[in-house]
Amino acid sequence: MEPLNRIIEKSKHLSFDLNYTYSKQWKSADTSRILVGYLPIYFPREIVHAANGLAVGIFGVGDRKQIIRGDAYYQSYICHLPRGVIEMALDGSLDKFDGFVFPAICDCIRNLSGMFKLEQKGKFQRYFDYPQNFDLSIGGEFYIQEMKHIIGDMSGINRVQVTDENLIRSIRLFNINRRFIEEIYNIRQEYPWRLSAVETYYILRAGTSLPVEEHNEILKQVIDHLQNERGEPMDNIRIVVTGSFCEQPPIGLIKSIEMAGCYIVDDDFMLGSRLIQGNINSDTGNPLSALADAYINQSAFSSCYYDVGNPKGKRLVELVKKRNADGVIFSAASFCDPALLDRPQMQKECDIAGIPHINFQFHENTGQFKVIKEQAGTFSDSIKLWA
Amino acid sequence: MGVKPTQPSQREGLKQMQVYKNKMDQQKIQNKKTSLPPLGGGGTAIKENSMILQKDMLAKQFNELSRAKELGKKVVYTFVPGNLTELILSFDLLPVYPEINALQSGMRKKSAAYIRDAEKTGHSEDVCTYVKCDIGMMLNGNIGPTGEKLPDPDLLLLSYTGCFTFLKWFENLERLYPGVPVAMLHTPYQEDGKITDEMVQYMVRQLETEVIPKMEMVSGKKFDKSRLSEMMKNSAKAEDLLVKVLESAKRKPTPIDAYFAGVYYIGPIFTAFRGTEAAVDYYTELWNEVQERINLGLGPVTPEGELNEEKYRLVVEGPPNWTHFREFWKIFYDIGAVIVASTYTKVGGVYDLGFRHNPSGPLESLSEYCMGCYTNLNLPQRVSLIEKYVKDYSADGFLINSVKSCNSFSAGQLMIMRQIEQRTGIPVGFIESDLVDPRYFSYANIKNRLESYFQMLEQRKIIMTQGV
Ligand code: SF4
Ligand code: SF4
Repeated sequence: MEPLNRIIEKSKHLSFDLNYTYSKQWKSADTSRILVGYLPIYFPREIVHAANGLAVGIFGVGDRKQIIRGDAYYQSYICHLPRGVIEMALDGSLDKFDGFVFPAICDCIRNLSGMFKLEQKGKFQRYFDYPQNFDLSIGGEFYIQEMKHIIGDMSGINRVQVTDENLIRSIRLFNINRRFIEEIYNIRQEYPWRLSAVETYYILRAGTSLPVEEHNEILKQVIDHLQNERGEPMDNIRIVVTGSFCEQPPIGLIKSIEMAGCYIVDDDFMLGSRLIQGNINSDTGNPLSALADAYINQSAFSSCYYDVGNPKGKRLVELVKKRNADGVIFSAASFCDPALLDRPQMQKECDIAGIPHINFQFHENTGQFKVIKEQAGTFSDSIKLWA
Repeated sequence: MGVKPTQPSQREGLKQMQVYKNKMDQQKIQNKKTSLPPLGGGGTAIKENSMILQKDMLAKQFNELSRAKELGKKVVYTFVPGNLTELILSFDLLPVYPEINALQSGMRKKSAAYIRDAEKTGHSEDVCTYVKCDIGMMLNGNIGPTGEKLPDPDLLLLSYTGCFTFLKWFENLERLYPGVPVAMLHTPYQEDGKITDEMVQYMVRQLETEVIPKMEMVSGKKFDKSRLSEMMKNSAKAEDLLVKVLESAKRKPTPIDAYFAGVYYIGPIFTAFRGTEAAVDYYTELWNEVQERINLGLGPVTPEGELNEEKYRLVVEGPPNWTHFREFWKIFYDIGAVIVASTYTKVGGVYDLGFRHNPSGPLESLSEYCMGCYTNLNLPQRVSLIEKYVKDYSADGFLINSVKSCNSFSAGQLMIMRQIEQRTGIPVGFIESDLVDPRYFSYANIKNRLESYFQMLEQRKIIMTQGV
């Protein structure tokens, strides 16, 4: 077993290698392999895996790359993530990718798909329209068609047919992946000091540029390590962070929250890897249907999905209870309409449930965390005081 | 050789022209005293018949809305792009369009306070101001543009064509009106630049299983397909006429301004009147007036009076600013710039590309309509459409008014601008403002930018005429 610190270091490197060196190396080992970049939040990576491909998460550049050309493509009042993605598209970081998938989460990502089309980046650029109709025979059918378009795009490149058998195998592998991730969160719920939120983040994010088999191996080792004591329990409060599902907060921000005396016991940083809750049915003759069913019936809440009938504020409160958390930090990217428009209603639900909360906004390249740290520190102190 | 006597028909025509000209002269005098009424409140200051018609239509509509409960009518809140007006009307339901309320609040200088009130309830300064303006209006008693209270919704019809914020907007409304049913109609995006059969079928099935049953439940009436088809005949007639009006701007001089005045022209067809005879009458009248202007060789009507010299012909992308609408328009008027084509006037349907509501397949047709609206086109389609406008309308320049609120329009506009510059070679300009948040309209800044842009156009004109 590899030492945990080494695993974390490796994961950190993978998370922020904006050249996607490892993914590209993986592809170069076999001519029928393909690389498909996907934007936040969620995308059924199983279909890429079953097509002998690797789905690689493209989650912006954070504070790791200077934006030189990307800013010229976006007005100041548009969030930061897409300008970093355009920067990578223009500076060659995304060369060797065969195609790109833009999940339907907001108008910025949607229009970014058109920008990739105009720039002719990759052999295909697909906007992946999530159905907002949650009837399996209608929205589910639509979802299946959307997946088939991408399957068609991929097989047009490498001539690999996605068979039911392959797809079921992929679903099983991703089920393991989801289960392991959930297990890590469950362990952290009891022993949050054993693996910090930043370390957890690295480990999860690394999985968005690795074959799922390799990531499962890493997760398994992490779980084994976490059976043993590590670190020291502190007198920290337990909080849930929400609103950071797309543009990723800088590591400094996550660290600042932790250093201010908060254990982050749940979050939506890498929501795409955790969106589907529980296993996707793999004992089926129709795996595409199973994927659609999971999207419709097993998704976690997020600002990007229509929630009437299943309001996300209430689901946030449930999550806080499940994680036995003391409070919520609303942390959204500036100019992120989906997250910010949800905030007042979600805060209201927290108020009704008596859950304390604070909020702040960030850019992926925010460099100053003093104010955030102070805010989180005061939050933590006030909760401890009234506990 | 003596003057050839004119034929009776020609004489009649000249007489009509004279009458028209006198009317215009009189109005120009009145015009000095009149200010621009709010959108939907009667159009520009020169009162042409069509404007009076539109004003009456709106007055009647809002009166009916204010008496909805007493009339026993049920009310549907819905959006402009991809609206299902004929379907709503076929159930005798009354539609309310929150975006229209927001823009009218902007024009009536009420939006700043509404937005502030919404922000006090926790909404971020960063998000779409239409939503905040609407929420603020509700918090302040939901008083509509005529000063009367708008009725609460009986149904929230969320057909979210071309914009995600609509979805968030209605999630917020749903919480403000707990218990009101929500009907969701997901409009697939034209990601591949086309509408496929499977997309149409997906929408039709949603109409059949989600939207229509909820309308039946709320209205207590059965769906009447033939009534819907009948209405669509009217829609198609009005759409034909609107296209004629918009395409009249291909002429030199253009008899219309296709952006500032264009927003008045699209009013009835983009909102509560598509499918009605009143809309057909309105567009018939409007088209007659435009034809008269063509015959007289007149330029567009503006609140400052008629534009006498057409110096620059522009294509504009992006919505206008509503809080300073008249000042904004005047900057163009003063320099002699006229907008010959705009994308904003296509948010409720790109009829000039040929789409017409089709009575023989009403649900399929409604679906295609929703998917065909401007902000549901992908970026390459948008670029091609603008390029076509530049060419078809012999434009001298292309200008983007990028509004802070609207990611649907704005994200990607800088790339659109580059593409148009490369493809057409005409000067491109870029200004920034907002829809209804006056904090983001800097008159001096915009004026400076526009003046530099107009200088650029002038220089190019000189170069072109010198054949350099
Ligand atoms: S941060 Fe928000 S607005 Fe920006 S791309 Fe992501 S979801 Fe869209
Ligand atoms: S983002 Fe744009 S299209 Fe969407 S609601 Fe706001 S103004 Fe309208």
